Amino acid sequence: MNLFVIIGEALRALKLNRLRTGLTMLGMIIGVAAVVLMLSIGQGAQININNTIASMGSHLLIIVPGATSSGGLRFGSGSVRTLTISDAQAVAELPSIEATAPVISGIAQLNYSSNNWSTSITGVTPDYFSVSNWEIADGAIFAEADLRSAIRVAVLGNVTAENLFGNEDPIGKTFRIANKPFLVVGILAVKGQSLSGRDQDDNVFVPITTAQRQILGNQFPGSINHMLVQAKSSDTLDEAETEITQLLRQRHRIADKTENDFTVRNLTALATVASTTAKVMAWMLGAIASISLFVGGIGIMNIMLVSVTERTREIGIRMAIGASYQIILMQFLLEALVICILGGLMGVALGIGGAWMVSQSTDMPIVVTFNMIGLAFLFVTVIGIFFGFYPARKAAALKPVDALRYE
Amino acid sequence: MSVVNQPASSPTLIQIDRLCKAYELTGRSGELINQPVLFDINLTINQREFVAIMGHSGSGKSTLMNILGCLDTPTSGRYLLSGRDVAALNGNELARIRNQNIGFVFQSFNLLKRMTALENVAIPLLYAGIGRKESLKRSQEMLTLLGLGKHSDHLPNQLSGGQQQRVAISRALINQPQLLLADEPTGNLDTQTSYDIMTLFTQLNRNQGITIVLITHENDIASYAHRLIHLKDGHLVQNEARLSS
Repeated sequence: MNLFVIIGEALRALKLNRLRTGLTMLGMIIGVAAVVLMLSIGQGAQININNTIASMGSHLLIIVPGATSSGGLRFGSGSVRTLTISDAQAVAELPSIEATAPVISGIAQLNYSSNNWSTSITGVTPDYFSVSNWEIADGAIFAEADLRSAIRVAVLGNVTAENLFGNEDPIGKTFRIANKPFLVVGILAVKGQSLSGRDQDDNVFVPITTAQRQILGNQFPGSINHMLVQAKSSDTLDEAETEITQLLRQRHRIADKTENDFTVRNLTALATVASTTAKVMAWMLGAIASISLFVGGIGIMNIMLVSVTERTREIGIRMAIGASYQIILMQFLLEALVICILGGLMGVALGIGGAWMVSQSTDMPIVVTFNMIGLAFLFVTVIGIFFGFYPARKAAALKPVDALRYE
Repeated sequence: MSVVNQPASSPTLIQIDRLCKAYELTGRSGELINQPVLFDINLTINQREFVAIMGHSGSGKSTLMNILGCLDTPTSGRYLLSGRDVAALNGNELARIRNQNIGFVFQSFNLLKRMTALENVAIPLLYAGIGRKESLKRSQEMLTLLGLGKHSDHLPNQLSGGQQQRVAISRALINQPQLLLADEPTGNLDTQTSYDIMTLFTQLNRNQGITIVLITHENDIASYAHRLIHLKDGHLVQNEARLSS
């Protein structure tokens, strides 16, 4: 017997009891929609994290001042500024290093006409922008020459520019940082949140020398808060870490068996952990959603068993006029499969719709991939066969004479 | 064709030797009760015969019919259909025999309710692996032949009892079986319709040479047959040829 004929019969049988079919299908629809939605949210979260990682810049190390001890007293990490601009310059000379970007930072009040805004002031070198993947939306960054003369120019993060200037074009305007006038030379492109949740766009970048001497000056000239180090490639990160450690120990004259007064952190490693966590989360969400698919499958089995009992006499008649075991089996199995696959189709549509709605209401990127849809369908088919097989086999294994006699 | 019935000279279609059938029932306390239904039946039916099986309810005639129709298997004894031992066949081979070699007509018609007359007739063809288009075409021809050409798209409940039985007969004949088994085919029909159906059976038997085995408890229906077989309490008590009426 032709498979299409059996599918036609299955569709007809399902159409006969629309409400029951619809309710059974609903179990599948909800299950598949939940799986698709959860997987796409998970994927979206992962992409979010990957974007953040990319925005940090590639193959980065960050060196922060570490614990120091002096005369038996130990100071916590960062409590003493042990890193200097000249450290950064020395590190940049290492063979495995592409560039370094020393950073000093602090918080100051900004004023422009009647607006004021408090945000973090970051003193950087021009290299900083390329090392940490900043793009310029408007204007330009300051040059190496500006560093030497320590002039008062600033590059604004997007959020800061908006808060301070509103709708005005900030380029070429003068505003005040801690009451000192600064000229806006550039606006940065939007970057979004960092892995730690800080808004990276709320920031003012000024030449490091200017920051040191005029805004955030302290008693340690040349000291910095931290430095970013970009290795030549991600393969040489470990090598770079070793070289930096050796060099800095030497420069800081740290005796053997004494702790480093700085810490080298590998940001990419941190990011990879975050990314893996997101992936695990995505699969876990999918796994939880798939429980509802499983429950839907049980619903199908239940209804198919009822259907087999109700149609025992029909099965007997079909057997009497020559239906083989396989034909009866296929008939009921295909009914279960049709419910599953139709339910799956609608579920995928609902899931994509739901994902779209989530992406509209949160600004999270939601990703629906063909893999996901394929996976959902594979799942649905397996469930259809798994839960449809037992009732179908029960129908096919009936003895013709018993089935015919059934009232 | 003017074939005169000569049962003795036609080849054997059905041969039953020492056939017994017992049902195993589960008693109230869970013990198995052996309920014998047929005892030591010996029966030979030749091709082109028209046989009526008579007996009271509970005499085992339906059980015998089910065994003849390969819907049920004997407990012991031998059943040869066209020389093949039915006991040796598996489920699929039996299904094939029911599909190809045997046509069933039931007292309650047993049409599939949600299918049209045409589709009901076509099912055995579909099961035989014939395409849908061809099956429907042949079914339409068969229905036309039995005078139901205009009713082919009706559902069973839109047809009268006699019409439903004709649809059932069309379905039974669609694969051109050698054997037509009818279990009280006129039991749900009025007298005139019953006679029409019996006339149809007589024509099928005479003109197409189909062997017919019929169960009835009405003498006037049985009188259409050429041979009467009486069952009483599972025993074959009478097996007599009668002259054609």
